[in-house]
Amino acid sequence: MTWSAAARGAHQPDNTAFTQQRLPAWQPLLSAGITLPLFFCAGLAFIGLGLGLYYSSNGIKELEYDYTGNPGTGNCSVCAALGEGRAPPPKCSCAWYFSLPELFPGPVYLYYELSNFYQNNRRYGVSRDDAQLSGLQSALRHPANECAPYQFSAAGLPIAPCGAIANSLFNDTFSLWHQRRPGGPYEEVQLDRTAIAWWTDYHVKFRNPPLVNGSLALAFRGTAPPPNWHRPVYELSPDPNNTGFVNQDFVVWMRTAALPTFRKLYARIRQGDYTAGLPRGAYRVNISYNYPVRAFGGHKLIIFSNISWMGGKNPFLGIAYLVVGSLCILVGFVMLVVYIRYQDQNDDDDDDDE
Amino acid sequence: MFRRSLNRFCAGEEQRVGTRTVFVGNHPVSDTETYIAQRFCDNRIVSSKYTLWNFLPKNLFEQFRRIANFYFLIIFLVQVTVDTPTSPVTSGLPLFFVITVTAIKQGYEDWLRHRADNEVNKSTVYIIENAKRVRKESEKIKVGDVVEVQADETFPCDLILLSSCTTDGTCYVTTASLDGESNCKTHYAVRDTIALCTAESIENLRAAIECEQPQPDLYKFVGRINIYSDSLEAVARSLGPENLLLKGATLKNTKKIYGVAVYTGMETKMALNYQGKSQKRSAVEKSINAFLIVYLFILLTKAAVCTTLKYVWQSNPYNDEPWYNQKTQKERETMKVLKMFTDFLSFMVLFNFIIPVSMYVTVEMQKFLGSFFITWDKDFFDEEINEGALVNTSDLNEELGQVDYVFTDKTGTLTENSMEFIECCIDGHKYKGEIQEVDGLSETDGPLTYFDKADKNREELFLRALCLCHTVEIKTNDTVDGTTESAELTYISSSPDEIALVKGAKKYGFTFLGNRSGYMRIENQRKEIEEYELLHTLNFDSVRRRMSVIVKNEGGDIILFCKGADSAIFPRVQNHEIELTKSHVERNAMDGYRTLCVAFKELTPDDYERINRQLIEAKMSLQDREEKMEKVFDDIETNMNLIGATAVEDKLQDQAAETIEALHAAGLKVWVLTGDKMETAKSTCYACRLFQTSTELLELTSKTIEESERKEDRLHELLIEYRKKLLHEFPKSTRSLKKTWTEHQEYGLIIDGATLSLILNSSQDSSSNNYKSIFLQICMKCTAVLCCRMAPLQKAQIVRMVKNLKGSPITLSIGDGANDVSMILESHVGIGIKGKEGRQAARNSDYSVPKFKHLKKLLLAHGHLYYVRIAHLVQYFFYKNLCFILPQFLYQFFCGFSQQPLYDAAYLTMYNICFTSLPILAYSLLEQHINIDTLTSDPRLYMKISGNAMLQLAPFLYWTFLAAFEGTVFFFGTYFLFQTTSLEENGKVYGNWTFGTIVFTVLVFTVTLKLALDTRFWTWINHFVIWGSLAFYVFFSFFWGGIIWPFLKQQRMYFVFAQMLSSVSIWLAIILLIFISLFPEILLIVLKNVRRKNAKKNLNCRKASDTLSARPSVRPLLLRTFSDESNIL
Repeated sequence: MTWSAAARGAHQPDNTAFTQQRLPAWQPLLSAGITLPLFFCAGLAFIGLGLGLYYSSNGIKELEYDYTGNPGTGNCSVCAALGEGRAPPPKCSCAWYFSLPELFPGPVYLYYELSNFYQNNRRYGVSRDDAQLSGLQSALRHPANECAPYQFSAAGLPIAPCGAIANSLFNDTFSLWHQRRPGGPYEEVQLDRTAIAWWTDYHVKFRNPPLVNGSLALAFRGTAPPPNWHRPVYELSPDPNNTGFVNQDFVVWMRTAALPTFRKLYARIRQGDYTAGLPRGAYRVNISYNYPVRAFGGHKLIIFSNISWMGGKNPFLGIAYLVVGSLCILVGFVMLVVYIRYQDQNDDDDDDDE
Repeated sequence: MFRRSLNRFCAGEEQRVGTRTVFVGNHPVSDTETYIAQRFCDNRIVSSKYTLWNFLPKNLFEQFRRIANFYFLIIFLVQVTVDTPTSPVTSGLPLFFVITVTAIKQGYEDWLRHRADNEVNKSTVYIIENAKRVRKESEKIKVGDVVEVQADETFPCDLILLSSCTTDGTCYVTTASLDGESNCKTHYAVRDTIALCTAESIENLRAAIECEQPQPDLYKFVGRINIYSDSLEAVARSLGPENLLLKGATLKNTKKIYGVAVYTGMETKMALNYQGKSQKRSAVEKSINAFLIVYLFILLTKAAVCTTLKYVWQSNPYNDEPWYNQKTQKERETMKVLKMFTDFLSFMVLFNFIIPVSMYVTVEMQKFLGSFFITWDKDFFDEEINEGALVNTSDLNEELGQVDYVFTDKTGTLTENSMEFIECCIDGHKYKGEIQEVDGLSETDGPLTYFDKADKNREELFLRALCLCHTVEIKTNDTVDGTTESAELTYISSSPDEIALVKGAKKYGFTFLGNRSGYMRIENQRKEIEEYELLHTLNFDSVRRRMSVIVKNEGGDIILFCKGADSAIFPRVQNHEIELTKSHVERNAMDGYRTLCVAFKELTPDDYERINRQLIEAKMSLQDREEKMEKVFDDIETNMNLIGATAVEDKLQDQAAETIEALHAAGLKVWVLTGDKMETAKSTCYACRLFQTSTELLELTSKTIEESERKEDRLHELLIEYRKKLLHEFPKSTRSLKKTWTEHQEYGLIIDGATLSLILNSSQDSSSNNYKSIFLQICMKCTAVLCCRMAPLQKAQIVRMVKNLKGSPITLSIGDGANDVSMILESHVGIGIKGKEGRQAARNSDYSVPKFKHLKKLLLAHGHLYYVRIAHLVQYFFYKNLCFILPQFLYQFFCGFSQQPLYDAAYLTMYNICFTSLPILAYSLLEQHINIDTLTSDPRLYMKISGNAMLQLAPFLYWTFLAAFEGTVFFFGTYFLFQTTSLEENGKVYGNWTFGTIVFTVLVFTVTLKLALDTRFWTWINHFVIWGSLAFYVFFSFFWGGIIWPFLKQQRMYFVFAQMLSSVSIWLAIILLIFISLFPEILLIVLKNVRRKNAKKNLNCRKASDTLSARPSVRPLLLRTFSDESNIL
């Protein structure tokens, strides 16, 4: 670039590459010569990836059980019928028996699934107070207006944690029992309830209010639990690192799901004899049936799943990769044919350099 | 020639009635008459629009008058008042940004105007008050004040010249800042006040000036001064434009003058002429508005669909209010209709991003910044005038790529307007070439056979006529009074013809030495000085097309010399003389020369007395002065004797022919509109290849129609005949027209002003419409049209007529003179040439260039590029916002139509402002899908974009479907991805914000890469902004999610982005979705390139085979090749 403006008089436009629109430029032309190999390479890569994804997805085992308790679907229907039209529903428990013919390879994760539950409804989604959940004293006493109608209790006390999300915390509990020998006693399988929430949520975003005299209960004094809760927030768990706002179940629940049918992580099975997975044998899941879903036409499921490098069972990604990869190769061939045909048409003078 | 006197049209329609009376020095003229001070406005110039306190409301009001801004304001207000899913910030911030930037820009411009106003208003002037020079600020001048102006100062208001320091009461003025003419003009004081050149004597003057109310016409002024002296009756003198000194003009070569203010402040002619030009809107802008309506419709449909479905869905009570999601008491109590309405508004707010605020900013910026490339282009730089192109309106850049019709002036545009005296004819004898010393005139040795010389006396008379009959002035360098005659005389005139004639006379030995106190001095062949008293100048005007002077020679003979167009002279001379000269003139005209005829008439003293009286009477009249003058002129200029004719060559401009050819090849229709006579214009048209030798000419001129009684019938016959001819040649459909136009005869049409007015203003109303439509049919079938003998208003009329044709073609006018201003203002794009006839055309134009040849690059390269750029910009903007909003719409089906936004508020706001704005801006400034050199060398490329090709329905639908496809892919790709327990190897679960962020990430990458695919010209800036934007998006997402923001109510995005990227599945999904989205696009580009290559090869083959055949036959083949190509880029 030369700045010759001064030499040629003030009115003379600058003779720079930019002002004359002559900047050096790369002018790519996606010609068939470049794109054909590209298509084939991409196609092959995609098919490879797709195969990998497909097989690892296929390798994942899932075991699910709908315990909503619609009439005639198992022993949870008793609980379901019991809770019909009663709020809060009475305490009830039911069980799911299943047997594994072979090892369910680990690590095994226990999920629950709710359907027709609109956690992504806007009115529901905004009904929380993140300031309160981060342990801010003032927010504890004065929940955000978005929490209404779960902002203040009937007695006028601020609700902690406020809002519809917290109020509807999933409160069914599961315990897994393994019968090693047929007819033998059921032994409880340890469920690891830690590290099921995002690390940052559990460690940063959710904080308990500062303890008063070393007591969390005192810190929450003057607040009311959400109306649907049977116990105050500081009694969610006896473990002091897992109670209050930093209860893992609560934190998991507070991350609202994207779609009306969603799964949330309940526990991991990785302790003792079960690190390699669930060995063959008969199992029983004891369910304390509290959470009413039939009222909104929903279902609840319990799911055992193992996880691969790509997450849970999801054939979509693998199939999509396979389809796109094959499409690439197909298109590549078609283009090749077209290209060769054109080449034939004007083969004589190939002096074009583009 | 003499174009600027033709300035009728700027007189405006408003006729101010009545006159104003100004008392000089504000002294009552007599005791008997009571002095009633008329109220006039003060001398303050206010060109600014705003004041400090009304700026905010007025500016806001004006901004919100724009539909788009108003729409966004409504959306913002809805967000503030109604409970909506997105915070008011998301649309308020961009709106605020837009409004602020525009307000700052306008405020700054207004501040500049204020400053300029102040500079003028506060400048010091000297006023004579009570016989003393009083120093005042310019704005304090009142009408009637006597103002003293010194050399090189500008006049502070419109003044009537009372006296100057020179004895003859003249002063020299340049009006460079008014109309760009830098030559000196002489202005005169009224005879009776010449002597009053001291403050004291001025003070004693008792006079009243009656003049018309302010009018915008710079060259028109009618007034009368009544001078009262103690003893005598009042003396009345007429005042004309030559007595009026205009505000803004500069005093030159005169030490000082005294003048009385007649028009002040906003009533000065300069201020009245200062009017904003009417806003021209480009075709692209209209397309934008059309698209906007489509998108508004989409928006409303979406909102309506969602609202309806919401209530259908909610009719199920457990969907409306499940136990986990109770409504507040207030929500329950709200009326359902009201709720539905607010829901509708909420949906509208949620989807409002489909109509992007930022598009307007980007379009404005693109236009503003883009226009610099025109100003910067050194190809437009002209060494001679040391100036380049100038952009007055950046709004029309893209219109340059859409022109269908080019209307060009001839003189000064196609031709140089630097006149050269070629030859003359005296009494039918032709003179040409070099002169010998004593003998003066030599004969030509040209092809013509008659070499006998005319009578010596006639020769001298002819040359004297040339020397005397003009308004040329001598530019003196330093000496003010002009006593010393410099060896080198510089002639100045508003008409280059006159200079050429005077110089021509000088070549033959008669030198014009200038005016001295009413005497014209010439040096004859014998080096003697002859003096002629200049009695009257009958100025040129375009209706008479001639001018005359009446002089009195030393012998006391009074002679009238007249020169003018042949048609204006021949009927006024004695008949027997004209034949030889006429044939000569016609031959000259055929050669493309401009011809003038010269005639004279001796006046007896009695005659002169009568004429003098009539002239003075006409000049003195206040009403209808023009008409009266005309009538007097008409009477005087009769029964003259023809002496001869002159031929002056107007050289064609550099590359005018090549430019016209290129424009023709680009599919443009070029019309030449000129005031010149038909033969001259025709030959120029041949010279610049507007007409080929093979072109068959259809003539609709007074010659072909003839001076018969039944003019209209003859016209009708001709029109019908021509139409038949053309319809026979061209099949009906326009499609085949394009393909066949060269296989058939090319037609050119010539029409003159008289015939045109006959067609347009025909007496019978019904038939006039008929004529007009037949005429238009003929015009449209002709490749070239020449309109000669056009008055400025007729030029505009023609432009308007073509503008209103079916399909409203885009018109471009190019011209250099004041007479072209009307058509420049009328056409879609007006281009002024910075020519020799002043700068009026350039000032009123949208673009001005130094030369006609620059039109080629301006249209073919700049216009083409700007059009492609802005068309792509517009399409891309709608595309990217449909992509953006469609997933949000689809998400409503999965969240119970609850207006849950898919993306975080920050993303909603930043998407158009930060993440995707710069790449498209860079693209729309720098893209050259075809090289500039290729564009200029291959004019046919221009046809590819004609008719707003890139913004037609088909490309628009293509982009819309592409956007719909991509939006669907984004959403459902992610939806299916989420049909799983977990996407992470540690089994953890993602929420709705991760869902949205995945969609958004795919979206940002896809639309940016789509632009990258479209970019064919990757400069470092493109690289920087495209990759930079993507990097910025990633960086911003980390940053936005990395901190708990204290001002946010909900920490929705906390670590969502980082957590998302920790999943391999999501990485793979993002890559896959981007690829799927771009796949059709890549495919299309590759296919196109294969075809392009193929087409190119075929083209080369054909070119090779066709090189021997005639040029026109190449066209249809090429046309076919190019029209087959898809217009979608």
